[in-house]
Amino acid sequence: MGKQQTIKQEKTRKTIMSIVLGFICIIYMLPILTIIVNTFKDANAVKSNLFALPNGDTFVGFENYVTGMTAGSFPFWKAVLFNVIITVLSAFLILLFCSMAAWYVARVNSLFCKIFYYLCVFSMVVPFQMVQFTLSKTADSLGMNTPWTIPVIYLGFGAGLAIFMFVGFTKSIPIEIEEAASIDGCGPVKTYFMVVLPMLKPTLISVGILEIMWVWNDYLLPSLVLDLAKYRNIPMHIQLTTTGSYGSMNLGAMMAMIFLSIVPIIIFYLTCQKYIIKGVAAGAVKG
Amino acid sequence: MSNTSSGASVKTAVDGKPPKKKKVKYSSGHSSMTKRSLRKWCWLFIGPVFASFIIGFIWPFLQGIYLSFCGKFNIISNAHLQGFENYVKAFSDETFFHSFWFTALFAVVSVVLINLLAFSIAYALTQGVKGSNLFRTVFFMPNLIGGIVLGYLWSMIFDGLLDLWTSQNLVDNEVYGFWGLIILLLWQQVGYMMIIYIAGLQAVPDDMIEAAKIDGATKSQTLFRVIIPNVMPSITICTFLTLTNSFKLYDQNLALTGGKPSRLTEMLALNISNGYSNMATRGMAQAKAVIFFIFVAALGIAQLAATRKKEVQQ
Repeated sequence: MGKQQTIKQEKTRKTIMSIVLGFICIIYMLPILTIIVNTFKDANAVKSNLFALPNGDTFVGFENYVTGMTAGSFPFWKAVLFNVIITVLSAFLILLFCSMAAWYVARVNSLFCKIFYYLCVFSMVVPFQMVQFTLSKTADSLGMNTPWTIPVIYLGFGAGLAIFMFVGFTKSIPIEIEEAASIDGCGPVKTYFMVVLPMLKPTLISVGILEIMWVWNDYLLPSLVLDLAKYRNIPMHIQLTTTGSYGSMNLGAMMAMIFLSIVPIIIFYLTCQKYIIKGVAAGAVKG
Repeated sequence: MSNTSSGASVKTAVDGKPPKKKKVKYSSGHSSMTKRSLRKWCWLFIGPVFASFIIGFIWPFLQGIYLSFCGKFNIISNAHLQGFENYVKAFSDETFFHSFWFTALFAVVSVVLINLLAFSIAYALTQGVKGSNLFRTVFFMPNLIGGIVLGYLWSMIFDGLLDLWTSQNLVDNEVYGFWGLIILLLWQQVGYMMIIYIAGLQAVPDDMIEAAKIDGATKSQTLFRVIIPNVMPSITICTFLTLTNSFKLYDQNLALTGGKPSRLTEMLALNISNGYSNMATRGMAQAKAVIFFIFVAALGIAQLAATRKKEVQQ
């Protein structure tokens, strides 16, 4: 009797908790919902009351989306394109070269490797402001101010976390497998690509996700390095259009632009949620 | 290519320990064989990362330290050594001190609130409540939105909210700006820390909690005496991450308030960053950056050392 009662109590407690959490979830999503609603309102209606739903007078359909995408001397869709190029290239470079370097560091473990490894760890603590001015000058003097060359800087700047995580994982791979490959006549390069790389897959996904999240949203580095007139990424574009010095946009179109810049992230998140959450947990444990 | 490989061979020669040590490794079997053949490929495996690491980090970092001791400069080549003048100027700059205290207060409030909320939600979600996965998905989502977009999104929301009962905007009042930043950061980071806490909570052995229950421990006793000591590693990581994130906060600050009103909501990173735009304050900004770096590094190490002590060995 007593036991049944406690089970029942436990059940009602859980239902209450579910309801409370659900309520918090709705509040949590309100900012994004507000933005979505406002993308369908005209600029004056956005300004006068942000929280009103669109009615017959203020509803403008997809006009804001069209303006948001195409308005200005530098249209938004171009920024999206450059963002994709930079993110994909950087992630690819970081994953390939950092995993190679990490394997080398873990296996050779010479003095040079140790120094390199600790420099990488050290680079994770240094705030970006420390290299802000000098990095932009260095990049300029090397002609690295295009979306096709900025991934090289990302490789250098993102090496810290990637190498740290890859070294941690590579050390847990039994060396015997690689020895077997070398006895069978595999050279180091072949061993790496045929044997080590496939085993690194879970870590590749974790590191890839962390780097993609970083590069996709990064503002300061591209704004310092890229040539503003020719290339922008999404955060740069939003910053430049809202500060007004480059021609401000109407608020409705602004809302559409903000929403459009969130959409790819949400799609990416919902499709690889499992890996993202694992990646975050893995990154934290290593960190 | 021949150039790089010859450079690499020099490196191996330098790296290679005296032959005596090598001989010992010969006898250890195949591992030394793979190692030796691997060393020939040093330029391929380490080369690309090392080169871009020098371009992207080492070289700018060393230059940064050098420039912090230089007078007015436009480009690096026209800088002249000047001594500690920039540091003296940095320490007598009032905006720097204001931004330091603003950032410190912000960091304390945000670290406490983020960790409390993230831990509570993680705890609630690991109790077997219905819909846990959906809740987790929702709570984590804002974390993927970048700082700049997040800042503008929230500045619109805050201005809309403030419109309802005052005529002031977010950028008119320092206090609004402070709490605006706190709310924004909570919204962004609680989900991330929650994931780490969930992983920590799931790793607490069930039999330990069971044993506590059998011994007659109440729910709160179990929480404070069993669960929290066991998730101490997660607490270490989360406080470390939130603390350094708060101190380095830049994008959100720039997009939400931009330091307004009159540089009162400027945090350290933004304060330093603004200094670079003017040639007269560039050297001082670089000196501030060096101070900032030393401070953040020391803070991180001190924090790690303090919480690591409290971790229990399993």
